[in-house]
This record gives sequence, structure tokens and C-alpha cells, in this order.
Amino acid sequence: MSGISGGVDALVVVTLVLVTAAATAAALTRDPVRQAAVLSGLGLCLALLFLAVQAPDVALSQLAVGTAFTPLLILLTVRKVRRSGRGEASGDGGARGKGDARGDRGAGTARRGGGR
Amino acid sequence: MNRRARNVLFLIAAAVFAAAFTAACTGLPAFGTSRHPYGSRAIGASIQRRTANVVSSVNFDQRAIDTLGEESILFGAVLGSVVLLRRARDENRQDPVPGRVLPTTLLLGAGLLPVTLLVGVYVIGHGQLSPGGGFQGGVVLATGLHLAYVAADYRVLRRVRPVAVIGAVDAAAAGAFSALGLAGLIVGAAYLQNVLPLGTFNQLTSGGLVPLINAAVGVEVASGVVVLLAQFLDQAVEIESPPDGGKGRRTHPSPEAS
Amino acid sequence: MTLLPFLAAGWIFLVGVYGMVTSRNLVHAVGCLAVAQSSTYVLLLGVGFRKGATAPVFADVPVGTSVVDPVVQALVLTDVVVGATVTALLLSLVIQIRKRYGTLDPEALTGLKG
Repeated sequence: MSGISGGVDALVVVTLVLVTAAATAAALTRDPVRQAAVLSGLGLCLALLFLAVQAPDVALSQLAVGTAFTPLLILLTVRKVRRSGRGEASGDGGARGKGDARGDRGAGTARRGGGR
Repeated sequence: MNRRARNVLFLIAAAVFAAAFTAACTGLPAFGTSRHPYGSRAIGASIQRRTANVVSSVNFDQRAIDTLGEESILFGAVLGSVVLLRRARDENRQDPVPGRVLPTTLLLGAGLLPVTLLVGVYVIGHGQLSPGGGFQGGVVLATGLHLAYVAADYRVLRRVRPVAVIGAVDAAAAGAFSALGLAGLIVGAAYLQNVLPLGTFNQLTSGGLVPLINAAVGVEVASGVVVLLAQFLDQAVEIESPPDGGKGRRTHPSPEAS
Repeated sequence: MTLLPFLAAGWIFLVGVYGMVTSRNLVHAVGCLAVAQSSTYVLLLGVGFRKGATAPVFADVPVGTSVVDPVVQALVLTDVVVGATVTALLLSLVIQIRKRYGTLDPEALTGLKG
């Protein structure tokens, strides 16, 4: 029994370190498109931590919201903002020149629409 | 306040917070303690009301009035987003450009869509028995629906989720939660008190009021998330804003002026 | 080990607030708010953990088994979903700000304009 609970403890520590690292990376990533990707990773790490501390209900909720919903909203917002700001020398924050090309690529999936 | 002053202020505040927080943590019961007075009482109450998933029992029975508050926040946030993101007078709706979908993507999406929707309904339906419930299943259901967009296109998505209907369903589910609480008042008990027959432990019908409130929350979360994503997709794909950022109230010099 | 989860929660909160304070882009600031918010989940679940216990679901374990605290899990569970919709509300405010003022840099949004 002590072997099993020791393994659980190690799992908690490992996922905790992962969550802390992912959170630090997410806060320090300045470009919103990249931040959305890191946030999605943070959501996955949090779900693993919640599983390790015996909270499957919360892990399920975090997995659905943190890895899919929130990053998707951020990507859609960036797409909207970049689309309405095209051709403008506006201060969209951080890495503007590079960010534009990346935003267009990241938004490629969102642009695909209409009939076939 | 300039940037440097703000950073200094943050560093001071962070140092104070870190010291106070660490001091407070040393006073907490140790991580992994076996003493959980509230938890033990909640477990007892949950077993007594024949709900196998104690978390669902806490959410939808023992602390149902809190969940009503949370659910109202959710409803209010969805409503606020709808109001903020509606099409303004100076914006035009533009039909999105058609795109090409890989046949494999189409096949995978069409195959996964019913499976995901089924999983969502299962997770909501078994909320009182196994890990899951209205909050988680609702999000699964709503995000799963958008496989129709990934696999097919925007028009198909628009057809499978008529936003006006889903918005009405959202409001109805939010109202249903409040109305279910009245069951207690009708039989002379407290608001949101679990007065329905409790059923057999570990059966789908167990828990009295829990499965009903759970289902109402599931429908509300699912339709709320669908409406939210619909607003954001509309903004990102369809609605064309005027390029000069509104009514000329720009806070920085335009390229022509500089 | 006994303090590690709590201190990690404190660190996640501080790093999220740091990101918000130094942010030059409102979308980034909203993302940092989501990070700071996740610290509360770590803290609450850390408080509710019980060593050697299982999840508080008695569907396939006998009644009386040692389980972790369900109350904090219920709190976190609702907050995860409700917090996401509040994030959506903030992002729609960001879209409105971009429409009306043409910028996302909080430093360019000085003062009130009529």
C-alpha cells in the first residue's frame, strides 16, 4: 500500500511541476496566438494534476474547457482583431510585423467557410 | 502611471503577497491531511440521499443554491457577450469564401460527430453516478457540435445550430433550474430542498432532484457555449467592421497624419 | 512536500498577475487572467487532498472507503466552466475596444474620451 501511495505522491509532484512550468510559460508568451497554444498545454497539464489528486470530475471539466474552449475563443478574437485591423499601422501590441503573417496562418482554419 | 512605477508597485505588492501567503500556508493543515470535517459531512449526506457521486450531490443538492448563483453568472456572461458582439450599424455581413475540405477530414469529422454528441449526453446523464455531470457534459456536447464546422463548412454548422432557437433553449434551461427549486416550496419544505423520491443507490434514477437539476444545467451549459461560440465565429468569419476602427475616435496617429 | 502544492499555487497566481501588469495586448492580458485563475484550482484541490484516498464517487467502491474532500471539488468544477464564460465576456469587451478605439495596447487607452 505504501508503494502505491508513494507512486501517487510522485505523480502529484511531477504534474505539479509541469503545471507550474506551463503556467509560467503561458504568462510570459506575449503573442496571443502562441499563448493560446501554451494555454491549451496548461489545460492538459492541469487535467493530469486533477487526475493525480483524485478529482476526475474536475479533470473532465478542465479538459473540455481548458484545452479546447478557451484557446479557441482567444484564436477567434485574434482573428477578428487582425482582420478588422488589416492595412493599418496600429499598435496591436507586441510582435506586430511577424505576428500578422502568423495570425493569417493561424486563422486559416477559421476563414474556411461557405459552400463547397 | 508610467511603466516603471507600475512595475515597482507590482514588485512591492508581489513581495508582500508572497510573504503573507507563505506564512498563511504554514498554518494550513498539511497537504494530504486525513482531517476533512466538511468533506466527511458532505459524504454522509450524499450517501443518505442515495447519490453515488458526492461531487454531484454537493453541487445539485447540498449546495444547490450556490450552483443557482454560478449558473446565473454563466447566463449573465453569455447574455453580455451576445449584447456586446451583435452586429453594429456600421458593420456589414459578408458571406465567407468557400473552402475545400479533405475527404479524410470529412470522413473523420462525420464519424466523430455522433460519437462525441453521444458521449456528451452520457456524461450529463450519468452525472449522479460516475464522474461527470451537467457542467462537463454540456461543454463536451457544445464543442463536439463544432466538428460539423471542422469537417464540413460554416453553412452546415449554421444549419445544425439555429442560434435563435438555442438561445431560447438556454433561457428556458436557466429558468427550469429556478423552477425546479419550487418543488420544495410546494410540499412545504425549503427552496431547492431534495423532496423527490430518492430511488435506489447507484441507479440512474437515484438522487431525487439531482438528475433533474443536473440535466437542466447540462442543457444550459451546452446551449450557452454554443451561443457564445456562434457569436465569436460570426465576428471572426462573417462580420466586416469598418477598417478605421469605429467612428474616428482613434487614440493614435494614423499613417496619413504622421 | 507538505507545502509544495500551496506554494506552487501562489507562484502561478503571481506569474499570472505579472503577465497582466506588463501586458501590451489586451488579448494577452485575458490569457494571463486565465492563468491566475487556475492557481485557485490548484490551491483548493491541494487543500482537499487526502493521502491514499480515492475519488469521491461510490459507484464502484464500497461505501466507507477513504475518499478526498468532495466540497472543494464541487467548487472548482463549477468555477472552471463559469470562469470560461466570463473569459468569453472579457474577450468580447476586447473586441469592442478594438472596434471603438482601434488599438489593443492598454497604454494607448489613456483617459476617458467622449
